[in-house]
Amino acid sequence: MTLAQYEQISNYAVASATVILGLAFIAYVAQWGFARNVAPDHALVEAGGSTSKPAGPAEEADRSDVAGGIGLSLTGLAWLVLLAGVIARGLSAQRVPWGNMYEFGCAGILVVLSAYLVLVRVWGIDWVGPIITGFGMVVLGLSALVWVPPGPLVPALHSYWLVIHVLGAMIAGSAFLVGAAASILFLLKSRAERITPVDEQVGFLWRIPPSAVIDKVAYRVHAFAFPIWTFAALIAGPIWAQYAWGKYWGWDPKEVWAFITWVVYACYLHARATAGWKGRNAAIIALIGFGCFLFNFIGVNLFIPGLHSYAK
Amino acid sequence: MTNAVPALGQREFTRWFWRQLTSMRTALFLLLLLAITAVPGSLYPQRSVDPRNVEAYFIEHPKSAPVLDKLGFFSVYTSPWFSAVYLLLLVSLVGCILPRSFVYLRALRARPPKAPKNFSRLPASASFETEASVDDVLKAGRRTLGRARVDTVTEGDVGELRAEKGFLREAGNLVFHISVVVVLLGVAFGTLFGYRGTAIVAEGQGFSNTLAQYDDFGSGSLFNTDKLPPFSMTLDKFTARFQLTGPQRGAPRAFEATGRYTPTPSSAERPFDITVNHPLKINGTSVYLVGQGYAPVIKVTDAQGHVAFDDAVPFLPTDPSYTSTGVVKVPDAKPEQLGFQGFFLPTAVAGKDGVAISAFPAAANPHLGLFVWHGDLGLDTGLSQSVYVLDKAKMKQYMGSDGKGFPVSLNEGQTQKLPGGGTIQYVKTLQFVRFQFSSSPLVKVPLFGVAAGVLGLILSLSIKPRRTWIRARREGSRTVVEVAVLDRVPRDDLPADLDDFLQRFRESLGETQETTQ
Ligand code: HEM
Repeated sequence: MTLAQYEQISNYAVASATVILGLAFIAYVAQWGFARNVAPDHALVEAGGSTSKPAGPAEEADRSDVAGGIGLSLTGLAWLVLLAGVIARGLSAQRVPWGNMYEFGCAGILVVLSAYLVLVRVWGIDWVGPIITGFGMVVLGLSALVWVPPGPLVPALHSYWLVIHVLGAMIAGSAFLVGAAASILFLLKSRAERITPVDEQVGFLWRIPPSAVIDKVAYRVHAFAFPIWTFAALIAGPIWAQYAWGKYWGWDPKEVWAFITWVVYACYLHARATAGWKGRNAAIIALIGFGCFLFNFIGVNLFIPGLHSYAK
Repeated sequence: MTNAVPALGQREFTRWFWRQLTSMRTALFLLLLLAITAVPGSLYPQRSVDPRNVEAYFIEHPKSAPVLDKLGFFSVYTSPWFSAVYLLLLVSLVGCILPRSFVYLRALRARPPKAPKNFSRLPASASFETEASVDDVLKAGRRTLGRARVDTVTEGDVGELRAEKGFLREAGNLVFHISVVVVLLGVAFGTLFGYRGTAIVAEGQGFSNTLAQYDDFGSGSLFNTDKLPPFSMTLDKFTARFQLTGPQRGAPRAFEATGRYTPTPSSAERPFDITVNHPLKINGTSVYLVGQGYAPVIKVTDAQGHVAFDDAVPFLPTDPSYTSTGVVKVPDAKPEQLGFQGFFLPTAVAGKDGVAISAFPAAANPHLGLFVWHGDLGLDTGLSQSVYVLDKAKMKQYMGSDGKGFPVSLNEGQTQKLPGGGTIQYVKTLQFVRFQFSSSPLVKVPLFGVAAGVLGLILSLSIKPRRTWIRARREGSRTVVEVAVLDRVPRDDLPADLDDFLQRFRESLGETQETTQ
């Protein structure tokens, strides 16, 4: 196959993956919507022969489950198609497929979906599905706006430290995203647990695990991501910079925001161990951390000039 | 006696202040503050990153720039307020590490604590009954606990197992926090004793490592500029390759500088080959290729027929097609000094409005366009002058017959007559390289510091310190077994794997019955 054919395959695959992920998102939203009137354990409602809520909720619960299943399957399909797209991109550019912003977007979302699918198997976290698929769809869609034809890299990017640095950042970022999604659901769920009377506990929020479990998931993914981020941003990045610019740390805007992200996540880990800060405040700090990560990925590339902005 | 009271107060205050400074809450606050104070440095141009952007900011915002400058917004990372935050954090960190290290050393020798009386008060506990004897239960418990520190205590017909594991967590955490200190000290050392500068060297030219040869230079406050390592180098050839076809036409593909260097005045000459990402190391100084461009060789003959200038002149690129600008100063021209200012196009083509532009970064059709000034270059004022700027205060431009500036327009090899007599010749095209020379001693210290820190972090974040107690009491023909676990950090209230532990425990006892939690 020629390089141009690979390029074409890659473009089609990424576009299809975006659409499939959009459908997955819709299925997940439907899962949420169908569960509007469903109590946490619909078996109880039936057993009590509840007259106020006739057969409806049980059926709705089933429908919600089916929608969730479809969402998960579509996410798996999107992963497969996107994998093909990213590999074809690498083949057509004849290098690792993460050398500019478009490619970061595609490869990044591929890693996000991989992380999500693995974690669904391990910890059953399909409840973050709506956030993950929605986010993935938006990022893939926006990546299309910064599409560039595949091609070799400028000399400063010729380094295997780039491969390691970017891969590390993408893995950490994916875990940060899962952590942020869990933190959002933690905030919603813990608030709901505080203010909702028992007989009004219906809807999707009551079909996901209790806030304590969500909090634990959030902590675990952050605890996984933080050392990787430390490695990618504070070891691999500086080593590469030392080779490329003779300066392992130059307070370039990209470096500044990588550092800020790191400090904010260190704050999160501290907050979890500080009385009065764990729970709500810690979750908010985790979300701020993810905001910094995103700003570094998008905002700094587009709005702030610096050595890194040529990686657009 | 009357003096003692305030003295005590002061000591108490000091102790109180120290306790505040080293508390977890303060650490949290200082970390957040550090993140916030780092932000302006990414929004405002920084002197240490690019001083030219700072100058541009002063020109664009003449009112606010001086105020921002006073507040340190153009050198955030050396400003008093940023330094204050990280120094406080450093003190807090040390004040935090020291006591924790002692506590840890003591904990290493301590035995697991006694079981609490009432297990059901603990966040996770369970109990079951078995036929097995107390002794067998304790033995099975010991097996199931694996590599934990375990004490077995038997009193009458009650046996108790106290187990504690996960000591490496705190060790990892301490290693991590200590490595933060090591990294900061390593970075500070490298900065204080390091230097960095750049110099432009054209093909065929040399560079020797003295202050005068640098275009810009900066060094740490403890670096002695008389002690620059005495190496020298000559650039023989620079090769640049650009993408020739496709949508990325003109994008740089490879840069390579080759030449010879002598590490010390007494040593023999050696060849070098520097590419982007592959610096040359000379006695602790690394030489990087950080920029490149064209240096046309220009020969000026003055009105009296003397060759007043014959040298390569670097023209600084201003766009990806290497449209470059530059200045030629000819102080030796008689009767008046001459100055030229203009542009260089590596691949000149006619643009839309007739103005020539560069279509490609390689020198396929090099062209030089200059305007000419005569008079006094102002080099004798004693003030140092940039070689890239023409001081026209005491100079007059030669004008053409159309009333516009007299244009010099040369292709490679061409010569043109100057209005005041004499000629200018564009002899040939050389390339120049901008080298960066930098040395930061002990650069490996921060590197190994962070590496140790990451390993510490992984231990600290993956190991669960856990206390487990098993109590077995003989009641008639059966043994009542109670189990409780307590996870210490992260302060998990409900260890999820208690069930799993119980299952393995009971399998080890040969049991499969129900457990009540
Ligand atoms: C440069 C400053 C600091 C950074 C980057 C930092 C970073 C971290 C990180 C990433 C953790 C998570 C590891 C874990 O949970 O085991 C942590 C934990 C911890 N830090 Fe810091 N820290 C800093 C300063 C301090 C200071 C000043 C204190 C003293 C109060 C402190 C006390 C602790 C403690 C006690 C833990 C264990 C938390 C737990 O129980 O999980 N840290 N730190």
